[in-house]
Amino acid sequence: MAMEVTQVLLNAQAVDGTVRKQAEENLKQFQEQNLPSFLFSLAGELSNDDKPVESRKLAGLILKNALDAKEQHRKLELVQRWLSLDPSVKTQIKACLLKTLSSPALDARSTASQVVAKVAGIELPHKQWPELIGLLLSNIHQLPANTRQATLETLGYICEEVSPDAVEQDHVNKILTAVVQGMNSSESNNDVRLAATRALYNALGFAQANFSNDMERDYIMRVVCEATLSPELRIRQAAFECLVAISSTYYEKLAPYIQDIFNITAKAVKEDEEPVALQAIEFWSSICDEEIDILEEYGGDFTGDSDVPCFYFVKQALPVLVPMLLETLLKQDEDQDQDEGAWNIAMAGGTCLGLVARTVGDDVVPLVMPFIEENITKPDWRQREAATYAFGSILEGPSPDKLIPLVNIALNFMLTALMNDPNNHVKDTTAWTLGRMFEFLHGSALETPIITQANIQQIINVLLQSMKDVPNVAEKACGALYFLAQGYEDAGSSSSPLTPFFQEIVQALLTVTHREDAGESRLRTAAYETLNEVVRCSTDETASMVLQLIPVIMMELHQTLEAQKLSSDEREKQNELQGLLCGCLQVIIQKLGSSEQSKYVFMQYADQMMALFLRVFASRSATAHEEAMLAIGALAYATSADFVKYMPEFYRYLEMGLQNFEDYQVCAITVGVVGDICRALEDKILPYCDGIMTQLLKDLSSNQLHRSVKPPIFSCFGDIALAIGENFEKYLIYAMPMLQSAAELSAHISGADDDMLEYTNSLRNGILEAYSGIFQGFKGSSKTQLLMPFAPHVLQFLDSLYMEKDMDDAVSKTAIGVLGDLADTLGSNAGPLIQQSVSSKDFLSECLSSDDHLIRESAEWAKLAISRAISF
Amino acid sequence: MAPHDLRRPFKRAAISDQQRRRELSLQRQAQHRRDAQHQARCLASFLNPHSEPEPEPETTPELEPEPEPSDSPKELDIRHASKLKGAEARKWFARQLMLPEWMIDVPDQLPQDWYVFARPAGKRCFVVSSNGTTVSRLRNGSMLHHFPSALPSGARTKDSSGSAQSYSILDCIFHESDQTYYVIDMVCWREYSLYDCTAEFRFFWLSSKLAETGACDPPSQYHRYRFSPVPVYNCDQAGLSAAYTGAVPYVKDGLLFYNKHAHYQTGNTPLALVWKDENCSQYVIDTDSKGQVPSQQQVVLELQDNGNLSTSDDPPVVFGCLDRAIIEQTESCSGNLLRFAVGDGGLNFVDGKLEKADLHYLGKPNRARAFADSYSKVMFQYMARHSPLRIDDLLASISSLSDQENKPDDVEMVG
Repeated sequence: MAMEVTQVLLNAQAVDGTVRKQAEENLKQFQEQNLPSFLFSLAGELSNDDKPVESRKLAGLILKNALDAKEQHRKLELVQRWLSLDPSVKTQIKACLLKTLSSPALDARSTASQVVAKVAGIELPHKQWPELIGLLLSNIHQLPANTRQATLETLGYICEEVSPDAVEQDHVNKILTAVVQGMNSSESNNDVRLAATRALYNALGFAQANFSNDMERDYIMRVVCEATLSPELRIRQAAFECLVAISSTYYEKLAPYIQDIFNITAKAVKEDEEPVALQAIEFWSSICDEEIDILEEYGGDFTGDSDVPCFYFVKQALPVLVPMLLETLLKQDEDQDQDEGAWNIAMAGGTCLGLVARTVGDDVVPLVMPFIEENITKPDWRQREAATYAFGSILEGPSPDKLIPLVNIALNFMLTALMNDPNNHVKDTTAWTLGRMFEFLHGSALETPIITQANIQQIINVLLQSMKDVPNVAEKACGALYFLAQGYEDAGSSSSPLTPFFQEIVQALLTVTHREDAGESRLRTAAYETLNEVVRCSTDETASMVLQLIPVIMMELHQTLEAQKLSSDEREKQNELQGLLCGCLQVIIQKLGSSEQSKYVFMQYADQMMALFLRVFASRSATAHEEAMLAIGALAYATSADFVKYMPEFYRYLEMGLQNFEDYQVCAITVGVVGDICRALEDKILPYCDGIMTQLLKDLSSNQLHRSVKPPIFSCFGDIALAIGENFEKYLIYAMPMLQSAAELSAHISGADDDMLEYTNSLRNGILEAYSGIFQGFKGSSKTQLLMPFAPHVLQFLDSLYMEKDMDDAVSKTAIGVLGDLADTLGSNAGPLIQQSVSSKDFLSECLSSDDHLIRESAEWAKLAISRAISF
Repeated sequence: MAPHDLRRPFKRAAISDQQRRRELSLQRQAQHRRDAQHQARCLASFLNPHSEPEPEPETTPELEPEPEPSDSPKELDIRHASKLKGAEARKWFARQLMLPEWMIDVPDQLPQDWYVFARPAGKRCFVVSSNGTTVSRLRNGSMLHHFPSALPSGARTKDSSGSAQSYSILDCIFHESDQTYYVIDMVCWREYSLYDCTAEFRFFWLSSKLAETGACDPPSQYHRYRFSPVPVYNCDQAGLSAAYTGAVPYVKDGLLFYNKHAHYQTGNTPLALVWKDENCSQYVIDTDSKGQVPSQQQVVLELQDNGNLSTSDDPPVVFGCLDRAIIEQTESCSGNLLRFAVGDGGLNFVDGKLEKADLHYLGKPNRARAFADSYSKVMFQYMARHSPLRIDDLLASISSLSDQENKPDDVEMVG
């Protein structure tokens, strides 16, 4: 039943658009008319050594895309489609795929190995294709290197595709044996050895048991270390990649090997080619990541029950590791600061040094300071830059006591360098280092300030001046100013040292946003971000100046909306700018709206702002929508009941946002804004509730919408119910069954991983907030009896949450509050039911003695409400 | 399988401002949702006529002077503290309250050196007014209410006297059923620190200043909760009787004794004492988590390195020693809190010092417990079960002081 598809496949890659289009159309028709035959024909094409390699590759690619998709929903469809295909067709297709692994054509083999892995990804978890691993392993002992290479590659892809529990340990052992043997120096073919090394990278996740066995682990480690010495660059690089993966997956097993690994990595950093040296540095960055995590989690205190101890590898290696990294800093590329994608050994080394500083703290300082002192004044820019970068890198980690004296000496030097150094690269790093000083060593938490009355004027002058420098330097200067402002965020409504400079700073930042070249090095974005931070951290003294900023920003936004006939590139930039301007207005609204006095004055702009935000929705940019929506939420909160006048016009965009499955962030933010509006308008939102509820219910039933939006939708039910009270009656028949089934699903989740547990808890919280709002909304109404039928289920849900013992604090607090709300609203009618529930006894008493005061507060409320409900 | 990309963020701030805006918005929304819910609940309690006479039993744990760590900084930068926000503020305020010990013997010179007053049942808190708003914080530092008040700089009103920067700090108990803050001490008034003033002066200042502000008036738009001083008496026979039996608008939870010469000292102090019996408090003998009085007294002690079991006092008082076998069997280690029952052997004293305690291991206490019991608490509970310190004992100790003068009610401060 296979069909001749070669010509169509070749045409589909034709230069001539009409031919290509026709061929694509043909393929589509074929697929729709007879899927099994279509897939089989493609597999046949792929496996046929007489066919051109181009058609074979495309055949494989189409097959692969018929088995997997990025989008979750589509992916599930494809899996189901494959599983329901006629078994005999599948057998034939799979035979073709396996046969292709022995093809002399590299591209065909390589494509086939990816398709085999996709099929395995679907079938192995369903206990199908049990003979696959055995068949592949039998290939390993065949003579042609082709076949061995393709088979190892396939095993690697399978390990990447399939979760370890879908493969039995016996097979895992055999796969690892085959892979490690393939890596061994006794393997003479480099392609085979490379494929084996890359396969091991993916197979490491399967090797838990083998890494617990001393002998097997020793063997694997020996082979990996040997491979790092291979004469073939790609093998060395792949072997170091394995070491990096091992450092994070099996950190706790590394102690016996760390000395050898240090020697290997040090040699590579010094002598090897850059791709290998980068991996060698990455190994130490990754060890730092591990130790930072461990130390953060256990606070350096291992008397308790920490399951992974810290071995202090970095601390032990410090005297040799730091000089090695410092040396890399001198190997900068000429233009790395202008190149977004640049990554070289100097950048990797400096980044690693920063991680080392965070891992060991004070101990790094004396090892780095001599390097800085020696190089910082040298005529060669590379030396000055390396010294500055080293200094900037160690500013996070060591204690302020250790750093502040050094920073006090360095600050002046840096300010001068930022003005006068002839080299842009040095200036870039200097501005960045100033930013790091302000980020980590400036703020109300520190006892001795590095910025004082005596030097603040100079610092600001230099930064503002530097903002006129080339874009990459100006961007770093904005960043430094950002952290300078942030350090004063605790000034509250009292006086801020920035007040005298406020006007000048704002003016300078606005000037930057208008620079012709502000599109480079993300300068414009940095300028607006800094402006936002300056506004956020401003005090009442400057409220009038913040107010003056509103018409300026509104005018800018207005101009972007007036622009006509833009190219798609220009339009994209315009949308980005709209997002930034909406973000800026949002920050201003929140700032001024938080004080009664300034709120009153800024309200005069509310109508105009709202009109502009609504016009932004006409653009098709998700980011701009998101920002406009966030700004409207802030405006709704500030205007409260007056917001009702905007509703007739705003409503359609609200609905549009709720329908935006694709850009789920927009949807999520819109759901949050519905909550803002509920609290602002209270029962005046009623006329819009039919539409909003319909859309929210649709969102919940959709399997296209990202799951993270669902918990806030449930919370939003609560917001609506609280706002409209007993008018929520008509939605009960829709909302309650949804809540009920979601509650049942979320009650038990045995064996879930941390992510799943976190998600489930946020779902539970949303459901409980909905119940809370609904019960409180009906409180005191004549219709409370409508809620009686739901009480047994709600109580059961609370009981099962309590029994499961995997709630987080937020859920406990909401859950015990729901118990109170239920008792409060239903009163004595629910008394007997409440008394039967475990929650009203054990759960309640546990919450009453919780160390979290929010939980205790809710529990006290629940206790009071229950005592009333059962007392009469 | 191409090599994996290993680029790390380079010279970039890790936070995106947009992400930050998004998170701040979510926080704001969550906070407002909590406020709305809280308001709905408060409204409910307020409107319900049956809620009036209900004292909340769960407020007692709040009042147990579980000792805070005694290392709280003596040098208080109050100006700084009045501006703290969030977690910082919680941490700071958690250590700032003066906490009374339990009265296990009667101090000398009660009538000369001590005040007595009936402690309102409710939530102990610090109330800070500054910059046009008022915030109350519970013992653990968390916020109770955020509201406008008639205290100095406590609301944004046109006619606020004094500078907007001024701040005041009061030590209060929030009494739920009449929604009133009962002011039991004054720590700071219009930027004037009273930490280093005697209780005598603080109480005088409190009674004369609080009423001036209108803070004792009924609630209004710019004054959400009423404040009220409590009647304070000289601890002579008449004063003690008045505090013990006199009618007050709040539910009593024991009596507080304040030494007139003592400064406001943060943390546990023997210069403030709490005493109670069944007549002036509903919660004399500790109950278990089910609200029942257990047949044997229970104590929570901290396990030390050497196996000793000690109280939270500084220096700690040792109550006994735990066998290695039990330590291992219960998988306990130094620093763990353990719960014991006091057996029939009770507590034995030689020369007023604890010699031996008959302890029986029960298990580990609720995780919520942060500290072991203090010595005075254990003793007070022990005495309450065996030979309680009665009001008659207190009265008798006063009358036995022959040189006393009866000057009833001369410092009563009811505003």
